[in-house]
Amino acid sequence: MSKPTALSIGIQRGGLEIKQFMRQRESVVFTMLFPLILLAIFGSVFSNSIAEGVTFSQYFVAGMIASGLVNTGFQQLAIMIPMEREFGTLKRLRGTPMPASSYFIGKAILVTLSMLIQVFLLLAAGVAFFGVNLPTGADKWLLLVALLVLGSACSTVLGIAFSNVPKSGRGASAVVSPVVIVLQFFSGVFFIFTDLPQWMQQVAAIFPLKWMTQGARSIFLPDSFATREVAGNWETGRTFAIITAWLVVGLIWAGRSFKWERD
Amino acid sequence: MSTVISVSGLRKSYGANQAVDGLDLDIKQGEIFALLGPNGAGKTTTVEILEGFRDRDSGEVQVLGFDPSTKGRAGQAWRDRIGIVLQSTADAGDLTVYESVSHFAKYYENPKDAREVIELVGLSEKADALGRTLSGGQRRRLDVALGIIGSPELIFLDEPTTGFDPEARRAFWQLIRKLRDEGATILLTTHYLDEAEALADRVAVINRGKIIEVSTPALLGGRATSLATVSWRDGSELRSEKSANPTQLVNQLSSQFGGEVPELNVKRASLEDIYLEMIGGTHE
Repeated sequence: MSKPTALSIGIQRGGLEIKQFMRQRESVVFTMLFPLILLAIFGSVFSNSIAEGVTFSQYFVAGMIASGLVNTGFQQLAIMIPMEREFGTLKRLRGTPMPASSYFIGKAILVTLSMLIQVFLLLAAGVAFFGVNLPTGADKWLLLVALLVLGSACSTVLGIAFSNVPKSGRGASAVVSPVVIVLQFFSGVFFIFTDLPQWMQQVAAIFPLKWMTQGARSIFLPDSFATREVAGNWETGRTFAIITAWLVVGLIWAGRSFKWERD
Repeated sequence: MSTVISVSGLRKSYGANQAVDGLDLDIKQGEIFALLGPNGAGKTTTVEILEGFRDRDSGEVQVLGFDPSTKGRAGQAWRDRIGIVLQSTADAGDLTVYESVSHFAKYYENPKDAREVIELVGLSEKADALGRTLSGGQRRRLDVALGIIGSPELIFLDEPTTGFDPEARRAFWQLIRKLRDEGATILLTTHYLDEAEALADRVAVINRGKIIEVSTPALLGGRATSLATVSWRDGSELRSEKSANPTQLVNQLSSQFGGEVPELNVKRASLEDIYLEMIGGTHE
């Protein structure tokens, strides 16, 4: 038998990760349905328009898609990996000839699939029940693809890096979830970003979620809305630059801190 | 016979605690070698260094002709030749036995057939059951299946039968002997002295980071020449006597009773007696 490659094993691992994910009903519900519940609540409570031709639902769906990048990458991995570390999954894998990169390829496949399902569900529910408009024009769709690819990659490596922060598998969700929720509040997911206090906007601008939400708005909101952003325009170049910078930070951080065993 | 594991002058400390303190060890191809020792004796640290999970402070270590502390791709080729059965794991609960075993087979260059391995560990009837529905003993057999799927030349077994019922243990011992008979070398750590006695070709007792003695289970600690206890019934009284010459004593008794000695029992020190004496009160 020929020697298996890191990529082919990684793809096999991706299939296995998806299989396990689908069999954990709680995590499917938590990851996939919770954002839809939020959309239902916010979409029903705030049915007003916030600008000419822009409903709150439209604004909120853009924010929730950006959040979906964080939920399916950062949050999912930063909770899942500490559990695998605690259960001995990682140590067992370390004891096999499986290349380390295959493990991360498998995780990336899981994140990509759950992210795509998440985005699809949000768009489908938004269009079907809350009058959300899909992006118009090939350039907007292209920008959406670019944002999803780069945002998801950034979120994935940061989740792998952050997986070393929770001290136990059981405690991981208590450490990770508040970080995500606070970032969501600060980054203009639940409220209109420019309505937030200035200091909150400035703190949010350090982290990638703010830029992911802004990027998503540039795709889902009419260009006329750009004047209502902090800078008075979409800042597309800066958005992608900052998300890329965080991707690099995540790669270095994960590379230095990742551990296969609990200390 | 060639040497599979050779260790000399191995040292490892954690802060002020000298966990392994100049340990020497040689394990030959095709033997079942048991490492015995109380908790904190340096057993786990030693095994984890051999498995490449931990770096040493000093000393020479060769496992299948390879230094386990080597980093990078060379380690993958080496890992292809070893199998590790860790202590209690509870992962992959959402995969079936077959899914886990057949997936792990893909990591290796020359894996065994997944169905055959599942059969070998006696889990055929549970092949399509999810990991989390297995009992403790079944779970352990799955761990073993995952450890041997890559046709390893060397197998590390860390307390493999914890939580087994007596019947499952005996079946498990048969499996380990079978793997040895197929040519694998097995390094076993265990708390069960009867397990070491039943399985091991040689045992080493480790205490305070050093090997105290290496021997066969029958000869360890001068066991074969230790005093035997002869006991018998004399009327209503149960009597016993320690003797360096038990055969002579039994002969005497036999002529005294005119043939059969009532409730005769001759017992040498058990491996456990010898072991507890050797580690001298540091047993937890």
